[in-house]
Amino acid sequence: MTKSFDILIVGIGGQGTILASNILGEACLFEDRHVKGAETHGMAQRGGSVETHIRIDGLYGPLIVPGTADLLISFDLLEALRYSHYLKSGGKMVVNRHMVLPTSAFTQKSPLPTEDEVVAQLARFDPCLIDADRIATEAGSSLAQNVVILGAASWSIPLNAESLLGAVKKLVPPKTVEANVKAFEMGRIFGRT
Amino acid sequence: MERHYLLGNEAIAHACLETGIGFVSGYPGTPSSEVIDVLRVQKDPAYYVEWSVNEKVALENALAAAWCGIRALCTMKHVGLNVAADPLMTSAYTGVTGGLVIMSADDPFAHSSQNEQDTRCYAHFSRLPCLDPSGVQEAHDMIATAFEISEEFSLPVLFRPTTRICHSKGDVELGPVVRNTKKGEFHKDPRQYVVIPAHTRILHKKLNEKQHALKKRLVERGLNYYTIRGKTAVIASGIGASYVQELLPPGVSFMKIGAYPIDEEWLGKFAQQHDKILVIEELAPVVEETVRQVAGCVPVFGKINGYAPYEGELSPAVVALIMTKTGFLEKNPFASQDPVQNLPSRPPILCAGCHHRAAFYAMKKVFGESAIYPSDIGCYTLGIQLGAVDTTICMGASITVGSGIAHSGESRDIVCTIGDSTFLHTGIQGLMNAVYNGANMTVIILDNRITAMTGHQPNPNTGITATGVETPPVSLDAVCRSCGATFVETVDPYDLTGMLRVLEAAKKKTGVKVIIAKQMCVIVARRSGVKRGVYAVNPETCTGCGTCVRFGCPAIEIIDKKARITELCSGCAVCVRICPVGAISREAKK
Repeated sequence: MTKSFDILIVGIGGQGTILASNILGEACLFEDRHVKGAETHGMAQRGGSVETHIRIDGLYGPLIVPGTADLLISFDLLEALRYSHYLKSGGKMVVNRHMVLPTSAFTQKSPLPTEDEVVAQLARFDPCLIDADRIATEAGSSLAQNVVILGAASWSIPLNAESLLGAVKKLVPPKTVEANVKAFEMGRIFGRT
Repeated sequence: MERHYLLGNEAIAHACLETGIGFVSGYPGTPSSEVIDVLRVQKDPAYYVEWSVNEKVALENALAAAWCGIRALCTMKHVGLNVAADPLMTSAYTGVTGGLVIMSADDPFAHSSQNEQDTRCYAHFSRLPCLDPSGVQEAHDMIATAFEISEEFSLPVLFRPTTRICHSKGDVELGPVVRNTKKGEFHKDPRQYVVIPAHTRILHKKLNEKQHALKKRLVERGLNYYTIRGKTAVIASGIGASYVQELLPPGVSFMKIGAYPIDEEWLGKFAQQHDKILVIEELAPVVEETVRQVAGCVPVFGKINGYAPYEGELSPAVVALIMTKTGFLEKNPFASQDPVQNLPSRPPILCAGCHHRAAFYAMKKVFGESAIYPSDIGCYTLGIQLGAVDTTICMGASITVGSGIAHSGESRDIVCTIGDSTFLHTGIQGLMNAVYNGANMTVIILDNRITAMTGHQPNPNTGITATGVETPPVSLDAVCRSCGATFVETVDPYDLTGMLRVLEAAKKKTGVKVIIAKQMCVIVARRSGVKRGVYAVNPETCTGCGTCVRFGCPAIEIIDKKARITELCSGCAVCVRICPVGAISREAKK
């Protein structure tokens, strides 16, 4: 068995899970560490539920086994609950405190839990809940929510914050570096409390 | 050597750049598309690259380039290989001069596909070698080997990564880029390139004679290897091998199969040294069948005796379960975990403002629930959620299925939907056939000017080539008319009134009626800076009837019994025309 640090990033297609994965991967390269990952591409990502696996120091396959993830990062409340069984006992959960209503709720009239109900169901994981939209907007771009959440989760990731920040600078569009750096730092400050 | 964190397909594309590639062709298909998408945007490429109209066209192009002595790559997804199967089978006879690597990416679990077929079966069928990587680094490294084997044996080589390789990431060591310096030159040799019966009988014999040395070479090249550690053994291939390596206890021998055909003699010697063998592989039991041929009385565990699944994809959890059931692990290291039940599903859906949704809405409004809606492969297959897709089988099959139903005696209206790229791929023949043979049906070409689902690759309807060179687009109208259709109307599906009128006119006529529902893909529009304004619901007027949310646009939700338009709105304005009380209008600029 390898001793990789396994992170599952979940959300909705288009929310930036792949950029988050790239930032983690690049940070691993800065530290000369191995990394494996798996992503959702193609039809499956059109506004659907998506999962990205990252295994820091991973040597073999890219997939994380349910019940073994060290960290679950979710860009959406409902998706955090959907993938919560991936978290190992005592694993850390960092979650955007916002739920995008699934369109299926209207077209198929499936019952929809409220945000507060989801928060209550997540309570047993003692999650770090973060208002990423507010913080990202304050940092200068509501599009930087993924970086805010990554900043908040950075305390639980076995990589130096400098490596992560370096990866953010390298990978976000040049015009948005300032906003994303601020987003990361503000997220990191939020995540400590 | 440089190390990068890359997607499997990006690593494969870079590996091609390292081999002095001279020619690249393919048809997009998940999970294969990113290889050409990387190769087509390289600055100053020393190779020719195209997105072809279908896989058969792509393979014939690449084969001919390889006949001219340059290295060629042809990419497709597994089901694309069915389309290219005709040239594939005989390319094994003619062989190649320059290396030809045919990448056919398999999709276990059918993440984004219509079936779970196995490219390795085609390798067996055609007697071509096939390389089967178990991870991103190996996928990269195998490309150079594939070209070398192709040139050594003068045979095309199949390269078969799976979704978990193509769309996995890893830290990859890359080599330096080698520029192609060869210019293609065709040497006439009818005995090689004209497969008349007299020639082909000899070519078939030559192909069969290559097999023995080929099997030996694949072992010598280290593509198939083993380590003896005890009296029991696990034999694994593909991504399954990496899951096994993560779980393998000490004292169990391990054999990794990375290439086919497998040398039976070599395999048999390994098998005979063990008391018990487990085979781990995705999809068809290709390795397992070979192991069973040579294992004699050594018990073999795998799919055939029910210990491993034929369908779906493997994962560390699935492999752990198989290894526990067969006694290779004393105790399963993973406790089973149940996901939270009864959560609202979040399947992929058509984008906010996607014009396919508007076309489906109009189509159902005119033809109703009882009409039959054959459809095809593309983003618009998601129209199943709107009750607008009754059949999907393979690329181009909406029109043919439609005409088949029409001629079966079925009397209800038949309305086929097919995307522009799919129509050009294999839809045209079906249209020609339907018109010529007098079918009664309506065909809606959902024309978004691009191959959208696989990541917006240009097709002959787009007006640019793979490398971005402008070129005159084909006229879908002219193509349909030359197939014999006389009712051919082009309409903007955002213009709901116009769309409904054209559909009504088609419904009244007999024969094959073609409607080209043409509008730019909403993602392409956004990327190219098209701004259509933002729409909002007047809560005073809104009655909360839900007509707009049943339309299924992800930009509309209902909160506290009032509809609301979110920031996802792209401004298509179709909902304005759907709202029965006129509560939706363009938002004034703030």
